[in-house]
Amino acid sequence: MTDDKSAIIDLRKVCMAFPKRSGEPLLVLDDINVSIRAGEILGLLGRSGSGKSTLLRIAAGLIRPTSGAVLYRGVPLTEPAEGIAVVFQTFALFPWLTVLQNVEAGLDALGLPREEARQRAQDAIDLIGLDGFQSAYPRELSGGMRQRVGFARATATRPDLLLMDEPFSALDVLTAETLRTDFLDLWVEHQLPTKSVLMVTHNIEEAVLMCDRLVVLSSNPARIAAEIPVTLPHPRNRLEEEFGNIVDNVYSVLTARTISSLGAFKKTHEGLAQPLPPASVNRMSGLIEILAAPPYSGRAELDTLASSLALEINDLFPIAEGLHILEFAELKDGALKLTTAGIVFARSNTDERKRLFREHLLQFVPLTAHIFRILQEREGHRAPRTRFEVELEDHLNHDDAERTLRAATAWGRYAELFAYDDKARAFSTIGT
Amino acid sequence: MEHHAEVLSGGVWRQRPATWRDLVALVLIVAIILLIGSGASQMLAPLAAGQQPEISLAPSALPNYALRTTMRMLAALVASFIFTFTYGTLAAKSRRAEMVLVPLLDVLQSVPVLGYLSFTVVFFVSLSPNRALGVELAAIFAIFTSQAWNMAFSFFQALRTIPYDLDEASRSFRFSGWQRFWRLEVPFAMPGLIWNTMMSMSGGWFFVVASEAISVGKLQVALPGIGSYVARAIAERDLAAVGWAIAAMTVTIFIYDQLLFRPLVAWADKFRYEQTAAMVVPKSWIVDLYRRTSLLRMVGGAVGATTQAVARARLSFRSVGGPLKGWKLPSGLLDVAWYGLVLLIIADIGWNLLQFAGAELSWTDLFDAISNGGLTLLRVAILIVIATAIWVPIGVAVGLRPVWAEKVQPVAQFLAAFPANLLFPIAVYLIVRFQVSPTIWLSPLMILGTQWYILFNVIAGASAFPTDFKEAAATFRIRGWRWWRDVMLPGIFPYYVTGAITASGGAWNASIVSEAVSWGPTKLNGSGLGAYIAQMTEAGDYPRIALGIAVMSVLVVGTNRLLWRPLYAYAERRARLD
Repeated sequence: MTDDKSAIIDLRKVCMAFPKRSGEPLLVLDDINVSIRAGEILGLLGRSGSGKSTLLRIAAGLIRPTSGAVLYRGVPLTEPAEGIAVVFQTFALFPWLTVLQNVEAGLDALGLPREEARQRAQDAIDLIGLDGFQSAYPRELSGGMRQRVGFARATATRPDLLLMDEPFSALDVLTAETLRTDFLDLWVEHQLPTKSVLMVTHNIEEAVLMCDRLVVLSSNPARIAAEIPVTLPHPRNRLEEEFGNIVDNVYSVLTARTISSLGAFKKTHEGLAQPLPPASVNRMSGLIEILAAPPYSGRAELDTLASSLALEINDLFPIAEGLHILEFAELKDGALKLTTAGIVFARSNTDERKRLFREHLLQFVPLTAHIFRILQEREGHRAPRTRFEVELEDHLNHDDAERTLRAATAWGRYAELFAYDDKARAFSTIGT
Repeated sequence: MEHHAEVLSGGVWRQRPATWRDLVALVLIVAIILLIGSGASQMLAPLAAGQQPEISLAPSALPNYALRTTMRMLAALVASFIFTFTYGTLAAKSRRAEMVLVPLLDVLQSVPVLGYLSFTVVFFVSLSPNRALGVELAAIFAIFTSQAWNMAFSFFQALRTIPYDLDEASRSFRFSGWQRFWRLEVPFAMPGLIWNTMMSMSGGWFFVVASEAISVGKLQVALPGIGSYVARAIAERDLAAVGWAIAAMTVTIFIYDQLLFRPLVAWADKFRYEQTAAMVVPKSWIVDLYRRTSLLRMVGGAVGATTQAVARARLSFRSVGGPLKGWKLPSGLLDVAWYGLVLLIIADIGWNLLQFAGAELSWTDLFDAISNGGLTLLRVAILIVIATAIWVPIGVAVGLRPVWAEKVQPVAQFLAAFPANLLFPIAVYLIVRFQVSPTIWLSPLMILGTQWYILFNVIAGASAFPTDFKEAAATFRIRGWRWWRDVMLPGIFPYYVTGAITASGGAWNASIVSEAVSWGPTKLNGSGLGAYIAQMTEAGDYPRIALGIAVMSVLVVGTNRLLWRPLYAYAERRARLD
């Protein structure tokens, strides 16, 4: 066995690219170097779509990187290996197997004698606190209990490396907290039969609460934006000043990255390459109103906003980013500040808001301005959606292009900049 | 499956005393074993005797005939499952195999089963040393073809839609192919597969009845079974015997449903992938009996433990030979070779067919078949419209009243399963009696058995119609035509299309036995493509049978592609809210 200081798994210069429709590769992960050492919980933080789940799957041997190497115990990893177990965000339990059978299924590949497999499964079930539920089927269980089965199934294999893909994000707040503390208790007391943990999450507080080291990923493509050690002793207290400082620090790293990538997009391809966040007009208006009113009066820290609105960064960031792109607010140093236009917007009535929104769409969002101009130029003032799809997919992958076009459509419709007929899948001008 | 629940949860495990349930269960098991044993031994008997027994019209002979018919169904079912697991897996696992297998399945689904019965009979008779056994195999094959394609498709689609997370879990826990098959793929496919089996079983009764008594040219065979019984009754003009056969079939289907499919559906419920509890949990008294009877559970537990052990075995062949690395052809080159091979084979078959057709058939034959096809197409279209006009309002009325729906739905499903060809003699008797035009009055027979698919699909759609839509329509006082057009019809449309596809497909098949019928020496011919194929079968004119089948297949595939699929896609698109 390896000694405690050496790396269990080593990701070296890992790059991942998926082909775009045009056939060109689109880079998702760029030059990622991470190694996980025995005895630590490593947190992989990033926005949704930043490629962190892809990275976890590469570490699991489920997918192979386009370039770079993954060394598991010094040997190149090419497929799922003994000693690496995964806990899934969606639990991934077999609905037709009971709790006990599900846990035993994880041991199938080890080829253990029947009695030993049963004993190991039973031990894992006892440890994770599932005793009494052995004969239950997953659909009889609450989300929290289901994820406990997920943990039991993974730990029963006694893995060197436990990979957790947003394990608590499908659970409600209270259940997630219980599972987190239970997991941490077992980990701190060295009761878990696993040597190291890699956890992917977009919940910053959760990461600071649980991990010994954070790797923060930027988006499009994902690069390592920062590596932040967390040396606070367990159990950690969210109200402690040092805890708050680390959370702030992570927020600043994430916003700094967001702003710089937004800026970079504006310069390339006349701004068409800029992915638009899935922020609905209602949510953006709501956030403007909240920001304009006391106690914020125009400016708020993102972590304060997130906790007071009970939004996770995955929900809050797209809205903030939308406001930033539309220049109704400015995203800077982990805070969001309304611009003059944003303040005017907050005070306006519906028609004035629409007019203001329209102006900003034409001025600051190249895609909506582009659609508008094409419609004006075209005879008949109509254009099929596919025309813009193809154009976007020159710069973005299929999903991002789809999301971006959907956001542009919703914004343009609200602002009455253009109309869209979903049945015919075509844009047209309004009132002509 | 295993039942170690009591032992492990720390509860007291006590041996329950034998109850009346144990007795019922015991009687049931012994009876089933005896029945299957005797049926199977009779089936193989002709091998020794080499002599066809005469079909008796005595009602007392019917239970035995029903058993024989049921045995054919069971044999076909087993064959269909084996086919499904191999064909479906192959098509889903290999891209190159899929390219050939899936379109093939698609076409096979549309070829009228009864059309090629003549070919299969001759084929199987030539294979086996004994004529009766050959025909027995041909009958089983006919049932097999009526369900295997559906089932294989269902399995293939299930394999293609395996949830991403379960796939990843299976891979990350390094299941072997064998483990993955039994732990993930088969269970995931099970609910759909069972449902499809049940649906195609309905068609199976129709075909078993039609294929038991068949004459191809000079070859005339009557296998002991309900179908032959009815054929004899028709020849003897014995209306009472037809009545007895209908009664026997009713009882048989009922028993079959209760003993086989109800338990299967109730059992398959646990394989549902949705993690939420079902609104309506399928029930079966057999399953209840099983769960409450300690004796049965002991037996079942042992069986379950064995199957579990089998599923757990790794049975990985990969490590034995090792992958052939080193001299692998580039994938692109292999593709080209594969495409080339497939094209070559198709071209060869096509050329041979052309040669054959050129020698045997003339243009007038083609014209004849096509004009007959036009007539049958017209019939199918009109009948579907009439059935729609009748059953959609009734289905909606029933479906919106849960109490009614619960009572009517099993009846509608039963009617769909009932082989309508048993009822033909009655209709034919009436036509002969009242001297009406067979061209018109034989037509409704085509849809007699398949119209129920429209009914029960519409009932299902109306029952599933969201309550808040109903309430919204009520509060805004949307009534009359507007209610149908804007509220109800869009709501049930996808269900209706599903039902109508099945109904029209079934009608095409039924045309072969319904457009040309007889009552004793009286023969009625309604003309049409079905009558054409039936006549050619009787004459043993293989080139023209093949022509008829080809034309019918083209028509069925054509309507599916040009009408039903676009309609279905449209229905799905409209019903979506996201």
